[in-house]
Amino acid sequence: MRETGQDVGIGVELFMRICFFSDIHANREAFDACFAHAVRQNIDRFVFLGDLVGYGADPVYIVDRVAELQKDGASVILGNHDAAAATGNVEGMNEYASAAIAWTHAALDQPRRDFLSGLEMKIEEEDRLYVHAEAGAPTQWRYVGDAESAERSLRATRQRLTFCGHIHIPQLFHMTATKPAKFFAPHAGAPIPLVGQRQWLAVLGSVGQPRDKNPSAAYGVLDTVKNEFTFLRVPYDVEEAARKIHEAGLPQILAARLFIGR
Amino acid sequence: MTKMDVKPGEIIDGYLVEEQVHVGGMAIIFSARHPDIEDKVLFKVPKILDGDDATAIVGFEMEMMILPRLSGIHVPKVYSVGDYARRPYIAMEFIDGETLYPKLAESPLPPDEVVSIATKVATALVDLHRQKVIHHDIKPSNIVMRKTGEAALIDFGLSRHLEMPDLLEAEFALPMGTAPYISPEQVRQNRSDPRSDIFSLGVVLYHLATGERPFGLPQSRQALKTRMWRDPVPPRKIRPDIAPWLQEIILRCLEPNPAKRYQTAARLAFSLQHPESVKLTERAHRLKRDNLLVALRRWLKARALPPVEPQPYASTTSDAIIVVCVDLSEGFEYLAEALRIETQRVLSAQADVRLACINVMKLSAVFMQDAFDSAGRNIHVQRLVELKDWARPLSIDPDKVSFHVLEAMDISESLLDFARNSHADQILICARGRSNLRRYLGSVSSEVVARAHCTVTVVRAVAPSGTAAA
Repeated sequence: MRETGQDVGIGVELFMRICFFSDIHANREAFDACFAHAVRQNIDRFVFLGDLVGYGADPVYIVDRVAELQKDGASVILGNHDAAAATGNVEGMNEYASAAIAWTHAALDQPRRDFLSGLEMKIEEEDRLYVHAEAGAPTQWRYVGDAESAERSLRATRQRLTFCGHIHIPQLFHMTATKPAKFFAPHAGAPIPLVGQRQWLAVLGSVGQPRDKNPSAAYGVLDTVKNEFTFLRVPYDVEEAARKIHEAGLPQILAARLFIGR
Repeated sequence: MTKMDVKPGEIIDGYLVEEQVHVGGMAIIFSARHPDIEDKVLFKVPKILDGDDATAIVGFEMEMMILPRLSGIHVPKVYSVGDYARRPYIAMEFIDGETLYPKLAESPLPPDEVVSIATKVATALVDLHRQKVIHHDIKPSNIVMRKTGEAALIDFGLSRHLEMPDLLEAEFALPMGTAPYISPEQVRQNRSDPRSDIFSLGVVLYHLATGERPFGLPQSRQALKTRMWRDPVPPRKIRPDIAPWLQEIILRCLEPNPAKRYQTAARLAFSLQHPESVKLTERAHRLKRDNLLVALRRWLKARALPPVEPQPYASTTSDAIIVVCVDLSEGFEYLAEALRIETQRVLSAQADVRLACINVMKLSAVFMQDAFDSAGRNIHVQRLVELKDWARPLSIDPDKVSFHVLEAMDISESLLDFARNSHADQILICARGRSNLRRYLGSVSSEVVARAHCTVTVVRAVAPSGTAAA
């Protein structure tokens, strides 16, 4: 990473290329593949949009790596699975998610649970908002999955750009002051200029549990100088991640769905 | 707060704004100078409008998104783009050349000139569509002919990049385009079909060739729909000196159903460059419009269409142009056969392939060649006959294959030129065996592989024993 601490001043762009990871879900193989890919993209900074754990077999590794990166300046947001894994409270979760949370809660020691409970619900930085779910009521963990929910989220913030995750499907929304929000299905690898007098909401796909029928790990990069956002996909060793889920005795379906990205 | 008004004499991000050169519907263009840029700069800013006519603003946003992404001789080069929230502008290359607009007043133009212009604009569209952008406002005033001869397309305010959000589609519930040129699918608000540009180019060509507009100057949204069912007066009815093949091309561009037009700009450019390859249909010979009963039937059909039909389109995978370089030399019949087998394989794997079979006759720089051999046969014609004979076992639809015998001193150069001008997607070529002589002289196929703009498949085969392999 580049040195960014030196010439801080008014009007100086602090971070030029920001990398967004969302919904890693304790998938070490997917995280490592994305991290290696991101390093080659000249990243200045990392933002984690929540759900570091849950579902996958490597919660300790992921929590440790993210905690390390946080010390180096990364922003880390709390996700619903992180909150549940910290306390063991699985209220509102389905059978498989609950089983995974119980397992994850047991796998994490108290300091790591404390790290998770200490994460913030949202962070604002320059013209950007980072949040796990819909920004109107972050603690309700509502999905952003269509124009209406995107609009609720965008109306709830004055920031020009919002970055969230939670639904595991990459999406982009944009909205002007007078018109409803509009959806766009992004193409991986094609940079999108976030132009104009409008708000943009990028919903990141999932690093560790993709659900858009594409099994490759998903992440994204914002270039603040070019004012462009790029959705990216990285293939990773799904077999190994699935093998570990079986070995850990987690529900089989959590491994099976990795292969088909659903 | 956004500051939109710009005055001559102002310096914005290093650009010294000079005089106003053009006021369009959506934007104002100034000329400008920048200390780091040698040439004159065009400085484009959005027009400030009363009320909430947002088309201008959103169109400007779209142009700010798309134009910096484009490259090549067929679009203006962008120097920089202003931050929209602070100071929106696009600083771009001043293209030295005239638009096609004055040509309208001179029209009808001689058919040769129409074909020359058409080829240049189609070539520009090939390059634009390759970059995943649909222009959506192809008209004479948006086409600039560079002094160097190429056509450049300007004004991307209605354009669509297929990998970016379409801000215009999101914003407006009206057809967007220029009335005389707008394609039927744009009228029906489909903004994701590159074949729309082929329709609009057809309108331009019709006008330049005949001096008249194929669909007039419609004044209402309802009148715009006429082009969906009423066919234009055939150009040859207005100008009998227009060749049937040119009428075929123009009317094919103007087909209301995109599936009946040229599917790619490359195919259109190919037809314009190789009139002999144009399949003449009823369109070529038509001398009057369809009778009203036929038009009425089409009208009823058009009325029954759903508001917008999804248009599957894959310009990069369909309708490939494949150039096959056939070596007809004696002693290499086994190679010609291997090439035919490979060609057959390619034909069976892809739908709608157009094949251009070429053979190059090498000219010598030292000796003048006779056009006739010792037996008095025309060598060129003989080669063409042999080339057609080579292709016969492929049994290709005659409308999908053309044969070309070229004469050149540099064989690889002429093959490469042909492939480039034809916008070929793939070249099939044979490589003769290895030999010391070949290594010393260099081979045509390796030269073609090294310099081609597209995919090259090199066919090799083992010489049967007893054959010369030099």
